[in-house]
Formats: sequence, C-alpha cells, structure tokens
Amino acid sequence: MSPKRERLMVPEAEFSSYYGRPILKAPVWKVPDVPAYLYLGGLAGVSASLAALADATGRPELRRTGRVAAAAGATASVGFLVHDLGRPERFLHMLRVLKPTSPLSVGSWILAPFGALAGAAAASEVTGIAAGPGRLAGAAAGLLGPALTTYTAVLIADTAVPGWHEAHRELPFVFAGSAMAAGGGVGLLARDGGPARRVAVAGAALELAASAVVERRDRLSARAYRTGRAGAALRVARAATAAGGLAAAAGALTRGRSRALLDGAAALLLNAGSVATRYGVFEAGMATARDPAYTVVPQRARLNARDEGQPATRTGPTSASRSSARSRTES
Amino acid sequence: MGRLSGPLADPSGDAGYADRPERVGFFTDTSVCIGCKACEVACKEWNALPAEDDVLTGMSYDNTGQLGASTYRHVAFVERTVDLGMPGLAGDGGDATEVRWLMSSDVCKHCTHAACLDVCPTGSLIRTEHGTVLVQEDICNGCGYCIPACPYGVIDQRPGDGRAFKCTMCQDRLGVGLQPACATACPTESIRFGPLDELRAEADERLAALHDRGVDDARLYGHDAGDGVGGAGAFFLLLDEPEVYGLPPDPVVTTRDLPSMWRHAAAAALAVAGAVAAAFVGRTSR
Ligand code: SF4
Repeated sequence: MSPKRERLMVPEAEFSSYYGRPILKAPVWKVPDVPAYLYLGGLAGVSASLAALADATGRPELRRTGRVAAAAGATASVGFLVHDLGRPERFLHMLRVLKPTSPLSVGSWILAPFGALAGAAAASEVTGIAAGPGRLAGAAAGLLGPALTTYTAVLIADTAVPGWHEAHRELPFVFAGSAMAAGGGVGLLARDGGPARRVAVAGAALELAASAVVERRDRLSARAYRTGRAGAALRVARAATAAGGLAAAAGALTRGRSRALLDGAAALLLNAGSVATRYGVFEAGMATARDPAYTVVPQRARLNARDEGQPATRTGPTSASRSSARSRTES
Repeated sequence: MGRLSGPLADPSGDAGYADRPERVGFFTDTSVCIGCKACEVACKEWNALPAEDDVLTGMSYDNTGQLGASTYRHVAFVERTVDLGMPGLAGDGGDATEVRWLMSSDVCKHCTHAACLDVCPTGSLIRTEHGTVLVQEDICNGCGYCIPACPYGVIDQRPGDGRAFKCTMCQDRLGVGLQPACATACPTESIRFGPLDELRAEADERLAALHDRGVDDARLYGHDAGDGVGGAGAFFLLLDEPEVYGLPPDPVVTTRDLPSMWRHAAAAALAVAGAVAAAFVGRTSR
C-alpha cells in the first residue's frame, strides 16, 4: 500500500511523519549563552591577532585595545559556555580528555590556553608588570586567535541539525568574516588602529558574501536562513554589517572629530551585525531541528534517487515541502 | 579513534577492548508487536526512570510521545483505516473498513558509528565491551552536544538533572548474563536480543517469510552495515516507510563529514590570519 502521506503545517507539504513530530531533538543550548559564546570567541580571536601584530609594529594603542578585548571576550565566552552546561560545576570535565572527533573538546583545548595567554597579556598591559612575558603571551594568543574564530563553525556543523550540517563548508567563512568585522571594529577605537580598519572592512565583506551564499544554496535548509526569526535576524545583520563596513571605509577619508564619530559608529554597527549573524545562524539551525520536513524530505529524496538511480532533483516532495518549511517557520 | 563511517565489523575491538564478548543488539520485529507497552514499563522499572509530564497527545494510544531522557523505549501507534474492498459485506450497507495498526517499539540504535559518542567532549559516552553505546553519568557535564548530534533524536537532557540520558541496553543486566529488561518482558518476542550477527540472519529469514506470505510492505531498517551509521546495533522490521514511525529514512552519522569540516575551518582560519597580517603591510592611514 502507499505510504502514509500527511498534510503538515501547510497544504503543499507532502511527506510522511509520525504525527508531525520532529525527528531530531532540538539542541538544549540556550539563548543568549550559545550565540554569545560564538560571537565573543570570534571577537577575542581577531583582537588577539591584531594586538600581537600591533605590538610587533609599534602601535601601543591598538595593542592595548586588542589585548583587553581578547581577554574580556575569552573570559566572557568561557563564562557563557559554563553557564550553559547542565552541570556547570563539572566544567573542568571538558579538559578530561582531548578527543579529535569532538569539536567541543578540540575547541576547549583551544579556548583554555587562549584564555590564559590572552589574560596574561592583558594583565601585563594593564599593570605594566612583566612586559616581556606579556609580549610572549600576547604573541602566542595571537597565533591561536584565528583557530578560535572558526572552530565554533565546526562545533555546530558537526550535528544532525540540517541547517548547520548542510552548511558545513560555508559556516567557517561566515564565522571568520563575522569575527574579523567584530574584532576589527573594536580595533578602530584605537587611534593607531589603521590595520584594524582594513580587517574590519574585509571582515564585513566576507561576512556578507558568505552569509549570502548560505542563504541562497539550492537546498531545503537554506530556507531556514531566509525565514522566521532567523531570517529577520540575518536581515538586521546584513544591514548593520553593510552600514558598519561603509562607515569604517569612510572613516579613512576623514580626519579628527568626524573620523572618531564614524569609527565609533562602525565599531558599534559591526559588532551588532556580528551578534545578529551568530544569533541568526543559531536560530536557523533550531528551526530545521524542530521541523521534520528538513530531515525527512532531503533524506527521502536521496533514498529515492539511490533506489531509482536518478538524480535527487526529480522527486516531487522536495519542491512541495520547500514551501512547507518556509510557511511553517514564518508562523 | 577508528574510522568515522562505513562498515566496521567490530566496534568494541575498534574502541580498544582486547578481551570482549560478542557484539549484542536488538532486533525489533514490529510485525508481531501488539502494543502492550510491556517494554516501556519494564524499562522504566528496571532503570528506575522518573515519570515525565502526563499529557494527552491525541496520537492514537501513544501518550509517551517520543524517546527521551527518562524514556528509553517508546511504542509508536499508527491507526490506519483500511478499505477491505468488499463494500456491504454484511449486507448492512456499512463501510467494510477495518483499522490496521502499525505499532513499533523504538529504542536507541546503538550505532556502529555513533555521533553522540563521537562528539562527546568529556568521554562520558563510551563504547562498551558489548559493542553498545553508554553514557557514564558520573562524567557527563551536561554540555548537551550529543543531543543534536544523534540523527534519530534519541538522547536528551533530563530537566532538573542537567545530564544526558538514553538506553543503556541494560548494561547492568548484561554484566550478569541477563537479557535487557524490555526484551525479557516482551510477550510476543517482537523485541529480540542477542548477538548481532545471529539477529541479522534471523531478520533476513523473517523478512523472506513475510514476503512469501505476500506482506510486501515488510522491510528491514538499520540492518545494513553499509548504511549511514555503519549499521545499527538495534534494528527493525517495519511495515511502512521509516518516517511513518518517526524514524529518519536515511540517517548519516554527522562525523562522516568531520574531516571536510575541519579542512574548511582551517582554510577560513588561514584566511583570517592572512587578512590580519596583510592589514599591517604597507602604509596605513595612521
Ligand atoms: S541512536 Fe543516537 S543516541 Fe543511540 S547510539 Fe546512535 S547516535 Fe547515539
């Protein structure tokens, strides 16, 4: 007999499910904990790299700004991570083993030394004590920084959540751009922060481009990035990041007070954009975990294609349920 | 760490056990399930699992709803009205229709390549000597990573406790030579427990017998070592498409793509490093 076809969420949706129940368990990760953890890690990583090179090239203000932002970002990032645990008192179990198959384990082993090094560099900066060791710690944190900006993309992509897993090639670039925009934006606040301007503008461009790719990919889960709460957050992100990038670029053409104003606005906008991007990516994944269409429809199409030796695109339910996913997430 | 996907004959050997018993598993033959929920009750009792919120789901006789942190066996009920194709059989003008039940007792699949285990950062989730997948609750710190990693939506966090829980295949019973509680309680032998190789052979025979009797809808789910999770340690004989029972039609262990994920993350990290370094080259505006 023919399989049970349920009409779910919207009339066009045609795929089978068990009373419309999700297949996956949605992450228990909380807002703002996890989006904040993602954002702050990126901010801290780029800030540390900027500080290290500022130190090497004699830019004391950028060094100071970067070191402080790196330490504050890493500390707050760890704080959010610990707060999100079901058993926060056991957070040190994260460092019980080093497991290459677990991005959270690898990430913890990046974040922990980074936090210690960035903290040491910032402490030396603020107190003026032990400048030599502070310099070494800052350089080491700067080397770890780029890894800190992208491991979080692997962390969320290495799940069964369709919106994250299927975007595993693009998300590291979204996060890299978002981190550069945020870290570069904060660096703009230093009067000798010329290099930060370039990083901020390049980051904004990368964040916009990579997000656009994720939103436009020809796969069902891309819908989740354009609709509902995630879509709204990502539209805010796009506007803020574009405006921030433009303000940062325009700042280079002006002097004095107007430059300071533009740079301040750019820093604010770029960081708001980065936060909104992380939140939007987080929510997009959550939406695809809650709706069985995102799990069943592509898997069914893949199975049918395999059974028939045909390309997956010729199956009916795919296009039908695309609108399902869209309408549902807008509700 | 062994391989991340594909067929793997001996998961406990791969995990490093030198001396190990045979890999065991469940074969759940839903064609003989009568929906008595003895497995659910036995599981709750043996494992002393707390009650979950009582809700009337409206989903046939299923008020359990789904597997969860305190529900390691879940019996799904699908009520289906079937037209017998004999209108007016009794001469009373009524519809000659009948309810056809689909009932299936779901459980953790104890995947050959278990995403929950792969992503667990603390080492709380382990492969046991029996080839099953087990949470060590004294290690779990409630990070919740295993929950969205599972392609079947099995493992979950227990509210108020914070840690993740799922089927243990009654590790404590296996240790003393007993069968898991659910398989012991099942009155129709819908749930069979034993060495996985034997169960697979039994399932092939059962499927052939059903097909001979004209039950064309019968199919095996999770028995194939070449599937996306390297074959499930708990597999099923179903009478309809897996998604009808709330099972994913073609699950894949997420870590299969982990090497690609790290490659892309490394490329992106290098791009960050390059961009930051390049920003310091040459004259800047100040
Ligand atoms: S079914 Fe889910 S919880 Fe069970 S072993 Fe597989 S991945 Fe882990």
